[in-house]
Amino acid sequence: MSEQKTSKQSGAVQTTGHAWDGDIQEFNNPLPRWWLWSFYATVLFSVIYWVLFPAWPVGKTYTKGVMNDITYELNGKKVTTHWNTRALLMRDMQQGEDAVKQRKYMQKVASLSFSQVLANPEMMDFTRKVGKVLFADNCAACHGSGGQGKVGLFPNLVDDDWLWGGSISDIQATITHGRQGFMPSFRTAFTKKQLDDVVDYVLSLSGHKVDAARAARGKRIFNGQTGGCYYCHTKAGTGMKSAGSANLTDSIWTVADVNGQRDLEGKRAEVRRVILNGISRKMPAWKDRLSPVEIKLLSLYVYDLGGGKK
Amino acid sequence: MKFKHESIETNSGLLIILTLIVISIGGLVEIVPLFFIDETVEDVKTADGRDAIRPYTPLEIRGRDIYIREGCYLCHSQMIRPFRDEMLRYGHYSLAAESKYDHPFQWGSKRTGPDLARVGGKYSNEWHVAHLINPRSVVPASIMPNYPWLMKNDLKYADITARMRALKKVGVPYSETDAEYKANVKRFGKKVADMLNIHYAERNLLAQAEKGNYDGDRSRLTEMDALVAYLQVLGTMVDFKQYGDGYFSKFR
Ligand code: HEC
Ligand code: HEC
Ligand code: HEC
Repeated sequence: MSEQKTSKQSGAVQTTGHAWDGDIQEFNNPLPRWWLWSFYATVLFSVIYWVLFPAWPVGKTYTKGVMNDITYELNGKKVTTHWNTRALLMRDMQQGEDAVKQRKYMQKVASLSFSQVLANPEMMDFTRKVGKVLFADNCAACHGSGGQGKVGLFPNLVDDDWLWGGSISDIQATITHGRQGFMPSFRTAFTKKQLDDVVDYVLSLSGHKVDAARAARGKRIFNGQTGGCYYCHTKAGTGMKSAGSANLTDSIWTVADVNGQRDLEGKRAEVRRVILNGISRKMPAWKDRLSPVEIKLLSLYVYDLGGGKK
Repeated sequence: MKFKHESIETNSGLLIILTLIVISIGGLVEIVPLFFIDETVEDVKTADGRDAIRPYTPLEIRGRDIYIREGCYLCHSQMIRPFRDEMLRYGHYSLAAESKYDHPFQWGSKRTGPDLARVGGKYSNEWHVAHLINPRSVVPASIMPNYPWLMKNDLKYADITARMRALKKVGVPYSETDAEYKANVKRFGKKVADMLNIHYAERNLLAQAEKGNYDGDRSRLTEMDALVAYLQVLGTMVDFKQYGDGYFSKFR
């Protein structure tokens, strides 16, 4: 069949005149019209594009295009520049529909006090929505997607136990400047017996049934010069906001995974590990990454997660 | 000799060479002019007039090599595009200047994970270590692979001077001679210039690792030290507060 077709066409259409392997020839069919016109249209398009948009290099600069300048605001003054993606972004950030809508709310949040925002359902709705996104982008990798944290590594932000204080302004200070949680290692400070005593005293503070004699000796170490634990944790063991030292008298643990252990020996091992190794963990500062309003929104969001304190 | 179509079509070597020339024209006319246009690479200075973008320190070079070796670029881009959604998530869009000492550049082409162009300072060293050993230990839903060997492998750095010389050949201003060092002092300030001195590469590498203690284990120098040092410097060199919002649109 194909042979038939070829011989039929070869009568009508010119060939290029090339012959391969003796008898294979090449037709010189004209291009289909629609294809040809599309091709001319793309050529025309590119010429128009060259005129309108930045296109051709000229020495050390380039043609900037005409008729589609972008105007945005800079320090209160209007700036008009040739079309480019960076100026386009400036305009989008300033005049884009979403940006304008969001900025209205942002400005309102910035102008209101914490308690005014908390009392305003519309503002709280906005805070929760924006806060959730900001938290997911910046905080969730450490504190978990819901703020639940991870014992030993990153504190829980949902409970009402705070290292550095749970008022909104405390939280705001934490986020803005970051925190360095630090407790020295006591590896060389104690004999094995002294260590066992301190461990039992620490556990007794949160109501664990421990060896009473050990705990009594441990208390003297905790509150004396040998241990000096009271210096950061206070004599009552309740911790201090200014040092970010943990409250040892409640059943919430942030570094020592006491609640994850079944038996007393396991709990003792956890507390012992923390005292021996010390603690150094860092909450990064966000003042260079997030704007003051974003930090304010996040502070409200974290406060609102459930554990916020007056 | 008269030129004939046939002489190309019957000579496959010539056909290949001419084909390559023709298809490279499209790329060349787009790329080559950028080498000569003044505004391609932005001029970014620190507050005291030095170059803000500096070449990587020896430890960071090793970290970058490991980043490339492990194929991190297959899932992570280092290029924040000038769109509002990217600005809101990742921070200021990337400048051409910020990758001017990258050979090869790490812009990447696929984001299975987030962009890393400004990840420096976002997380603590401890987070990076835990995350690289096993991402799911900190981000339960992560699909990033484990890289536990980074913490086990000692960092090899005996060839660090050779690596710096290679980068110098392609235009990164590490200094070998006294004159080059002095030029660097003028350009970057003394502290940075000292770091870029090839003769002190090994000493500088060890000092930075000791001071930074990136992997949290002072007793050893591991590949983790180098990689985390590299991640922590990404996107941190330009102080954007110093420039007005519209400043960088001048350069396009
Ligand atoms: C690199 C991991 C990391 C990231 C990212 C991170 N944090 Fe933290 N955060 C920590 C660590 C570690 C602590 C505990 C510091 C300490 O031990 O004193 C902490 C503590 C806090 C505290 C104080 C908790 C308390 O009990 O007082 C708040 C509030 C907080 N973070 C909020 C945030 C918010 C909001 C973000 C996102 C903008 C964020 N964190 C991002 C690691 C991180
Ligand atoms: C320099 C101040 C300082 C001293 C001294 C100190 N601590 Fe701490 N301790 C802290 C801080 C700060 C934290 C919380 C660290 C964090 O969350 O990052 C902490 C946490 C703890 C924890 C873990 C609590 C938890 O919720 O997981 C235990 C247990 C503990 N300390 C026991 C002691 C004992 C026992 C001593 C004395 C031998 C002691 N500390 C001495 C500052 C100190
Ligand atoms: C298979 C793809 C894949 C590869 C390969 C990969 N990652 Fe990731 N990475 C991800 C994904 C997905 C996430 C987001 C979830 C998470 O945080 O783990 C991520 C997150 C990260 C983050 C946190 C970014 C942020 O802003 O939250 C860092 C840092 C990172 N990766 C570094 C690396 C390094 C370094 C390597 C090479 C050693 C690497 N990744 C290789 C997929 C990958």
